[in-house]
Amino acid sequence: MVLFILRRLWLAALVCLTVLVVSFALTHLSGDLAASIAGPNATAADIAIITKNYGLDRPLVVQFLEWAGHAAEGDLGRSFLYHAPVSGLIRDRLPVTLTLGLTGLSIALLIGLPLGILAAVREGSAIDRGIMMVALLGQAMPGFWLGLVMIVLLGLELQWLPISGVETWQGYIMPGIVLAFSAIPALMRLTRSGMIDALAADYIRTARAKGLSRTKIILKHALRNAAMPVVSIAAVQLGFMLGGSVVIESVFALPGVGYLAWESIIKNDFPVVQAVVLFLAVIYIVLTLLADMMNALLDPRLRA
Amino acid sequence: MSSVGIAQALPGRRRFPAFRRLATLLGVVIVGTALLVAIFAPYLTPHDPFAQDLNLRLIPPVWMEGGQPTHLLGTDQIGRDYLSRLIYGTRISMLIGVLAVITSGLIGITLGIVGGFYGGRTDDFVMFLITCRLSIPLILVALTVVALVGSSLAVVILTLGLLLWDRFAVVARTTAMQVRNLDYIAAAQAAGASRVHILVREVLPNIANHLVVVATLEMALAILLEAALSFLGLGVPPPLPSWGLMIAEAKEYMFFSPWVIMTPGVVLFVLVLGVNLLGDGLRDMLGADLER
Repeated sequence: MVLFILRRLWLAALVCLTVLVVSFALTHLSGDLAASIAGPNATAADIAIITKNYGLDRPLVVQFLEWAGHAAEGDLGRSFLYHAPVSGLIRDRLPVTLTLGLTGLSIALLIGLPLGILAAVREGSAIDRGIMMVALLGQAMPGFWLGLVMIVLLGLELQWLPISGVETWQGYIMPGIVLAFSAIPALMRLTRSGMIDALAADYIRTARAKGLSRTKIILKHALRNAAMPVVSIAAVQLGFMLGGSVVIESVFALPGVGYLAWESIIKNDFPVVQAVVLFLAVIYIVLTLLADMMNALLDPRLRA
Repeated sequence: MSSVGIAQALPGRRRFPAFRRLATLLGVVIVGTALLVAIFAPYLTPHDPFAQDLNLRLIPPVWMEGGQPTHLLGTDQIGRDYLSRLIYGTRISMLIGVLAVITSGLIGITLGIVGGFYGGRTDDFVMFLITCRLSIPLILVALTVVALVGSSLAVVILTLGLLLWDRFAVVARTTAMQVRNLDYIAAAQAAGASRVHILVREVLPNIANHLVVVATLEMALAILLEAALSFLGLGVPPPLPSWGLMIAEAKEYMFFSPWVIMTPGVVLFVLVLGVNLLGDGLRDMLGADLER
């Protein structure tokens, strides 16, 4: 187990390092970062000043090492736009994004798990087909559009929910539902296939032979074994949701990390972009690491 | 999971063949129609999709009050014909879907086959690349690239193509692993076939059924992502009639005339649904089982 954890940590560290390089390289794609920062109306003198002030005239390797060194210490640089440390900007906005992500994941689990179980129990029936159809519909739904439609319908016509902002908890409902839509199909399919496999296993036959009730067999024996892949996919989906929050947060004008990223991209605030890409990637890496470890804890066969 | 899943794919229970066939047919019809519309767009449009006329602003669709039969689906905020723009938008979506999938397919399949077939260190490296790719926030990176390199159709296609290869790699790798120990591979090796020959002529055709299904999934994803990028203002540049961009441009007016965001959203949804239905049908027909 110790060896497994060490090996997994080593891999995670390598991936982190790669992401560090990628997020640095990403913002240097345009070739001349100073010109991008200065904007289209800048003079050559402006660009020269920016180049000098931000140290952009030094070799790329030096710039990277300096940035990476600071990033490793938690210093993600300063925003050009806010004239403040990026880590502080992210910290201020993180609660909104996390609340949104967790709301989305909870809604997705509340809908995806029961439907997936139901489809598996009634495999091949009309109910199963119907539920799988719902998964297909969900997969085809453009999230940003669903958000707009909900704003018009629930926010404006019916006036049930606020159309933007997070002053009250109701503000998280619509964005949470939209975000959940992106994860429901995957969760549902995985729960279904896991349950179908589990229900076909020998220990289920034994449980049946013992005369246990159907509900007990499904919930206690089959679900426990089907839950494992679902836990890890839920972690992965949460990572994707936090990454995808950039779209939803701009639709609903939520002041989260995703909105910050979008604003920074539009306004050429590259230290922030770099930092958010890195930050979200690290969150994803940590989430998958935790999921793997939890699985290894539950199932010794995976510790190979 | 996938190795077991593929092995068990064939004897699966199919209790509703009629329903499945109907769904597949629907997918074929939708994607086929979109393809034809995309190809013959110039002959189908009733108006020039770029022609503005401020006297004809925000005319509602013909079935609503104030609609005009000359503009079946109405006009947008600067008087451009909605139907004509939607028709040209089909072109953009299909183009992005197909070209992004070809790009990502080339990358992902190559990596996956090489990793899965050779195993060992090579495979570790491929797995590492897949893990790195999955860790990087997709939409954020795509937005940044488009913002820095400049928004154009080609940039969007290339960016999505370079980002969406992960599922191709995962599936190609798993399936290549399964065929590498089969007899016909050994036979080809004994016959002195080159490495490239074995990978391209022996392995690839035998895992192609799985890859076709992945291609439909990725095409649906690419179309959705382009719409999202364009919606955020960092995808296909105006005045091109991308459906996502149409929704973004009409957003300000949706409170007074909600239909302006409805039509582009509905066609986007229908096309993506069609591609997914087609993929499901192919999965059944080709005996490929990928539960994700």
